Amino acid sequence: MKGKKLLGMFSILKTLWVVFLHLFKRKVTVLYPEEKPYIPPRWRGRIILSRDPDGAERCVACYLCAAACPVDCISLQATEDEYGRRYPEFFRINFSRCIFCGYCEEACPTYAIQLTTDFEMSEYNRQNLVYEKEDLLISGTGKYHGYNFYKVAGLSIKGKEKGEGENELPPVDVKGLMP
Amino acid sequence: MSQTVIHLIMVFGVLGVMMSIAAGLIWVERRLLGLWQDRYGPNRVGPLGMLQPLADVIKILAKEDWVPPFADRPVFTLAPAIVVITVLLVFAVMPFAPGIVVADLNIGVLYFLAMSSLGVYSVALGGWASGNKYSLIGALRASAQMISYEVFMGLSIMGVVMMSGSFDLRRIVEAQRGLWYIVPQFIGFAVFLVAGVAETHRLPFDLPEAESELVAGFHSEYSGMKFGLFFVGEYLGITLISMLITTLFLGGWYGPVLPPVVWFFIKTFFFIGFFILLRAALPRPRYDQLIRIGWKLMLPLSLLNIVVTGGIMLAAR
Repeated sequence: MKGKKLLGMFSILKTLWVVFLHLFKRKVTVLYPEEKPYIPPRWRGRIILSRDPDGAERCVACYLCAAACPVDCISLQATEDEYGRRYPEFFRINFSRCIFCGYCEEACPTYAIQLTTDFEMSEYNRQNLVYEKEDLLISGTGKYHGYNFYKVAGLSIKGKEKGEGENELPPVDVKGLMP
Repeated sequence: MSQTVIHLIMVFGVLGVMMSIAAGLIWVERRLLGLWQDRYGPNRVGPLGMLQPLADVIKILAKEDWVPPFADRPVFTLAPAIVVITVLLVFAVMPFAPGIVVADLNIGVLYFLAMSSLGVYSVALGGWASGNKYSLIGALRASAQMISYEVFMGLSIMGVVMMSGSFDLRRIVEAQRGLWYIVPQFIGFAVFLVAGVAETHRLPFDLPEAESELVAGFHSEYSGMKFGLFFVGEYLGITLISMLITTLFLGGWYGPVLPPVVWFFIKTFFFIGFFILLRAALPRPRYDQLIRIGWKLMLPLSLLNIVVTGGIMLAAR
């Protein structure tokens, strides 16, 4: 028993030595601003609004993202242009509330709202975290290239009647007798 | 006249050096702890993060200096100052090199023991005046720990005092010209080291603070610069104990080639590093274990050391 206790003293000295050797071990710290960490492509970061391949806004102001948002950080107002095409009059995301859950992206029927890999959004002024539409809109299509909602939606807007888009069949004549 | 000026330079020089070391140790400790835990530690402020203490001081001075309404206000304010003052007073008798000493006191060792006993008041009064039960438990633990470890801390030095025949720290160093006392007084050295850790209530003997059980113990109610003073006191305590180990057991300023002051500080910083290594490596013992080690192992060991040393000295005469 006494011998064991004396040996225990040496285990303390060994502990000290092992910890001391860690001075020369490789450090696990990632020195962040100089050394960027790997960000997976599906990372849920800063939210953007994407555009059609034609360059028009994809957002149709359906409010589904605002409804899906668990922290109510999205606010928008729908309006229509002269072609009968819906778009948001304003679109505002308060990133000081946003929890980056990605529900808005899941809810979006037109692939307009998307989460990106950017996470470096620090601001000195809290108000600067409220992003307006011009801050959110990007010039490209984001993750979904070539998708154009109005070309496949079966919806008539000015310049395109029902069934005139790609992948669209002409509407069924419900009063006709043909199968 | 010129004697007075030299004395003044010495006093403020020692004060300035000690305060800078205490501040610098904030960085040294965090950096070393980081390295031993496979991290880097603070490395952003200034070169290698060396301006971190400055940033810390600015932060701590800008903080609200809050005294809880249930605290005993005068005592609460006084307590943090006591620890700094008592430790700083001991540096007055520290012989850094031949001629570099503020007061060449012929009872230096006793003076150190007296001042470190007074340091208990800081912790005890701070914990008592906080009006918080955790602080009080911390203060009680600190008092019990420091009183019981002081007993054999004093006894462990007695071997050195017997061999050198003096309580004067300068004379003790000069007596080690041939052989450092760590060799003949190894038990005394080991006991003093353990007692020193307990005396500064550093990990692994930081029972009075014990964050995981007492939420910082005696200083849980302290904030701002008052809290900062406890910290400065702790780092000054580490420096003091390291310097005393150097003086009493490692031949103080003696060493080849380099000037005496450099040797003194090399040895001191070796022990400061060792203190930090202890913190990085060892877990905290239980309270009853701590007290038991003190009374049942360390006290008999130091008494035995005195008896054996005395016996050998008598036989050699």
